[in-house]
This record gives sequence, structure tokens and C-alpha cells, in this order.
Amino acid sequence: MIAKLLKLQPSTSLSTDAAKKAPLAIEGLSVSYHHKPVVWDLSFVAPEKGLVAVVGPNGAGKSTFIKAALGLIPKLSGEITVYGKPVDKQRKLIGYVPQRGSVDWDFPASALDVVTMGLYGEIGWLKPVRKGHKEQALSYLEKVGMADFADRQIGQLSGGQQQRVFLARALAQDASLYFMDEPFVGVDAATERAIINVLKKLKDQGKTVICVHHDLQSAPDYFDHALILNVRPVAYGPMHETFTSENLQRAYGGRLAPSELSGLMSLAGQ
Amino acid sequence: MLQELFEILTFQSGYNTNVVLLGAGLLGTAGGVVGVFSLLRKRALISDAISHATLPGITLGFLVALALTGTGKSLPFLMIGSTLSGILGVLLVQWIKDNTRLPEDSAIGTVLSSFFGLGVVLMSYIQTLKSGSQAGLESYLLGSTASMLQSEAEMIAISALVITVLAVLFMKEFGLVCFDPDYAASRGWAVSKIDLLMMALLLAVVVIGLKTVGLILIIALVIIPPVAARFWTDRLGIMVAISAVTGGMSCYLGAALSALTPDLPSGATIVLTATALFTLSLLFAPKRGIIATALRQFSFRLKITRRRALLSLDKGQENLSFLASLLLKREGVLNSDRALTEKGKKTVVTMSRDQALWNQYLNDYPEEAFAQNRWSLAMITDILPRDLIKELEMSIDSPKKEIG
Repeated sequence: MIAKLLKLQPSTSLSTDAAKKAPLAIEGLSVSYHHKPVVWDLSFVAPEKGLVAVVGPNGAGKSTFIKAALGLIPKLSGEITVYGKPVDKQRKLIGYVPQRGSVDWDFPASALDVVTMGLYGEIGWLKPVRKGHKEQALSYLEKVGMADFADRQIGQLSGGQQQRVFLARALAQDASLYFMDEPFVGVDAATERAIINVLKKLKDQGKTVICVHHDLQSAPDYFDHALILNVRPVAYGPMHETFTSENLQRAYGGRLAPSELSGLMSLAGQ
Repeated sequence: MLQELFEILTFQSGYNTNVVLLGAGLLGTAGGVVGVFSLLRKRALISDAISHATLPGITLGFLVALALTGTGKSLPFLMIGSTLSGILGVLLVQWIKDNTRLPEDSAIGTVLSSFFGLGVVLMSYIQTLKSGSQAGLESYLLGSTASMLQSEAEMIAISALVITVLAVLFMKEFGLVCFDPDYAASRGWAVSKIDLLMMALLLAVVVIGLKTVGLILIIALVIIPPVAARFWTDRLGIMVAISAVTGGMSCYLGAALSALTPDLPSGATIVLTATALFTLSLLFAPKRGIIATALRQFSFRLKITRRRALLSLDKGQENLSFLASLLLKREGVLNSDRALTEKGKKTVVTMSRDQALWNQYLNDYPEEAFAQNRWSLAMITDILPRDLIKELEMSIDSPKKEIG
């Protein structure tokens, strides 16, 4: 266990060559809300072609970490680089799937309109959306099995369908590093499979996904790396090394019953 | 009187009235367009803070102009004053929100009433002055197109046009920030600058609308048209267009009515016209209007009755309600002897399969089915994606395979 703790440190220095080129390298990130630290001294380097699950109990700072990594909320300290450069210079390479609950779904827009937003960066300031863009957006809706719903107002989609629209919007830009915030929450099995397929394809294309994931049961199946977080980083590394009962116990404390833990461990093949 | 109204509306009552009407119409259009975005950004009430915050600026502008030029009613001074104190009001709301734990509505209420109180005190002071030129400031409270100068009306018309054009040009960016500011920021859009531009356009509408609508009622100009427009459409672009027309019509008609009855403040006639248009939308809008909703409720009952009747026929139960048998006879499912026709048999089978799929959906995805507001109301093939239906079909059929 101590060895694992130590292992966190040397591999995360931003001065190493690997960290310089890594899709995402974070060193010493701390964030606070109303004078209360929510993320404390987080360092890690995300691998190329990696599917990284960010897990931890409620209030562990998972979403906060993602927002801070994207530069959406101010950080107390820390350095964040994306493919060796500051986040602000690499926006084109970053895709983001926010939490579904973060927007008002009564907004006057169709599924296609929302996916087209993923192309706005390409379209540029003040220029109108053209037919070609709409067709392009439709092809991304197709990739998540939602082409039939292109014209539907977004509030009239089910939760899983809304999630797929968000995913299609992120795919519409050709990013290399994706951040996803709980994409699997409250979705049906078909959506879950659609998301998994997308994750696999992204990985095959050499892309990296950092995904907040609430379900410990499925995490080892869907992802190859894990970042276990409880305000402070508890463990980070390849899934089979990181997803141990000690680490989970340390992150969740009494919040995981021993029976749940042993169930998880048998799932993870340990 | 109608004759006179017709003349006013068709721009036949002199250049001055025409310019005032045109200015009012364009002002309403600008308010309608800009209002859509402040409504969707959930900042509709901030315009009330801005408008009330302009009063101290108007009065101070008056006093400064009086001291410098000898007459207080100088439009540039009044406009600069109202703009500056409007900005101060917005900044104060923002500051209170950021630095205290007060929610935005409390911050707005505090700033709005304090500034308005200060403005009223300054206005009372101006009325005690002996310079004699103080008359006319009241028109900024409730609006008065009757006392409007030609140059003022021209200025309003041109500014309103510029505001409208700018807002339409930035529609894509505004819409993005209104819907999902975090996502916009993650893509590198300058969200705070876009927000600032939206706020500036809102402030501009309020400042140029003070004389026409008055600061007490001007909030209506940026709230009622977009809310009315929302009843008619689910698309942003169409909503902007309908809101623009609604706002433009309200101001144009309202100003014409006020020209007929110069004793009535134009702000009141404009807001009442807008309210009338809002009420029409509320009642008659095809999708979200009250009447359409009631009709939908009725057709919902018919659909449920029909579906349940078909399902009970499938189970061999034939004692249907009067309404149900009437419906099925008209559809040709039952013949005049209340027996199933050939077509009826097919319909019953299709419906029973559809219900089985819906039930399977409820069984496999209870949360999703619960959220699906057309569960068992429409045919499942019209609602759910094909891959999902295939999966449901498999889970219905698979137990049979295991047995066989």
C-alpha cells in the first residue's frame, strides 16, 4: 500500500518527457468552494489511448476536478497541461460532456440544434449555420442511434436520449481528449451500450477519455484506468492495480458495506 | 375615433407622429429580440433592476445639465446619466451576489428599491427648484410619447435598429451561452464577454425605451413578448422572430392608442397591448396554449379508451363502454353487430403486440419508462429508437426460445 502511495509521486512530475506529451497532466491541483477544499493536491498523468474512470463517494470533488481541469472554475493552485500546453491553448482538442442535469431541457432547441453546437467552433464567430453543418450534425446523431429524433424538442426526449444527444455534440468536434461527467447516470441499457461503443471507438482512435463514473460495479468493465478520489487522490493507475479493496475502503470509508466490497472484488476478478 | 386610429396607424397624421410610431415599433422589436436571450439566460428580472436604477441617473443628469447649460431637459445628459446609473445598478447586483450569500432576486430587490428611492428624493428636490424647466421628468416614469421630440424619436428608431441587428447577428453565440454556458466555456468561447454584450444590449433597450414606456413598466417590453413567443414554437430562431413581431406590434399599436388619448401614459397602453397579445398566445397557441392543451387532454382520454377497449377485445372481453364501442365502430374495428371485422382483428393483434412491448419496456427500464410521457399512449415504434425495440422484442421472445 505504501509502495502504491509512493508510486503516485514520481510518475506525476510535469518535468518528465512522458508528462510533457501526455493528453492530460495535472500537478498539485487544489480547488475550494466557499473556503472549503473540495479537491486537494491532486496530481496525475492520463495515458494516451486511456479510458480513465474517476470514482469516489458523493462530495469527493469528482465534478469539481473535471470543471477545474477544463478551466471552468478557478483553482487555488496547480498546473494543468493538455498535450504539453495550457488548457486554454488546446480547446480544439478537448471535448466535454457535462452532467445532463446542468442545463434546462425546456430550451427551444431540437436534438439536431444541440449537436450542431458542437460545430460552432468550426463555423466561427457570427457566421450562420449552413445546411452542410446540419448534415454533419445529423451524421453524429446517427452514430449514437438518434437520427430519428433529430427534429424533436430536447425536452421531449427521455433521459438516455438526452445523454446521447450530449455525446453526439461532443463527438461532432474532432477532439483528442474527452471529459465526461456521469454520462451513465439514469440511462437505459441501450444508451449505456451506445456510450460504451463510443468509448471503445474513441480508444481505438487513440483518444483519451476522463469519465466521472458513479457505478463501482461496472467501472472495471468499462475503463482501463481508475482515479479514486476523496478530496485527496486515494489511488491512480491501471484498473487492476488500483481497484483494490484497500483503496476503495480508504476512499469510501464506512460508506461501503464489507459485503458490497467483496462483491466488487469478485467482479474485478480479484 | 376609429377613423383617427386608422389614420395614425397608416402613418397619415404628420411626420412627428409617424416618427414616434416608427421609433416605438422598432423599440418594441429590439426589446422582443433582446428579451428572448435574457429570458433564456434566466436573467429576465435584472432588467427591472436596470430600469429602476436609471432614475437617480436621470435626475442627476438633469441637475448637471441645468448647472452647465441652464436647462435640465437635455437628452444627452439624461441618457448618459441613466446609462451610468443603470450600469452601477447591474454591477451592484452582481457584487452583492458574488460577495454575500444573498440569492439574485434578493439582490435585485434591494438594488431596485434603493435606487428608485434615491431617484424619487432627487426628483422631489428638482420640483422645488424655481428654474421652471423641470416639467417632463415624470414622463420617464410611465412613458409619454406625446411629449416626445422628433429628434428623440429618430434617435430611438436608429438605436433600436442597431440593437436588433446586433442581437440577430450574435444569435448563434447568445443561444449557445444561454443553453449551456459551461460547455461554451469548455470550447473556448468568451462566455463572460458574450454575457456582457447581452447585458449591454439589454441596458441599451432600457435606456432608449425610458421615454416611450417609462422605467416602471419597461420590464414588460423584454419579458412579455418572449414569453408570448415561447407558446408558439420550440425553435430559437422562430421564437426570436415571433417575439420581435409581438414586441414591435405592442409598441406600435400602444403608441398609436396613446396618440389618440394623450392623457394616457404610453407605457400603459403599450403594456396593455402586449398583455392582449400574450393572452391570445396563452389561449390559442397550437402546441402549448391552454385550449390546445385541453384538446390534447381530451384526445388523450380517447386514445386510452380505444387502447383499453382493443386490449380487452384481445382477451375476449366484449362488454365495452358506450364511448369505446362508438369509437371502434366508427373506426371499422367493430361492425354494427358489435362483432370484430377482419380489419378489427388485425388492429387488435397489432395493439396487443404494442402493449406487450411497452410492458417489456416498463419491466426492463422502469426509470426510463416512467420518464417517457407517452408510455402506452402512442405506438412504441413511433417513440423509441429501433435498436431498443429490437432488444425489447428479443427479451419478449427469448423465454419462448429457451422453452422450445
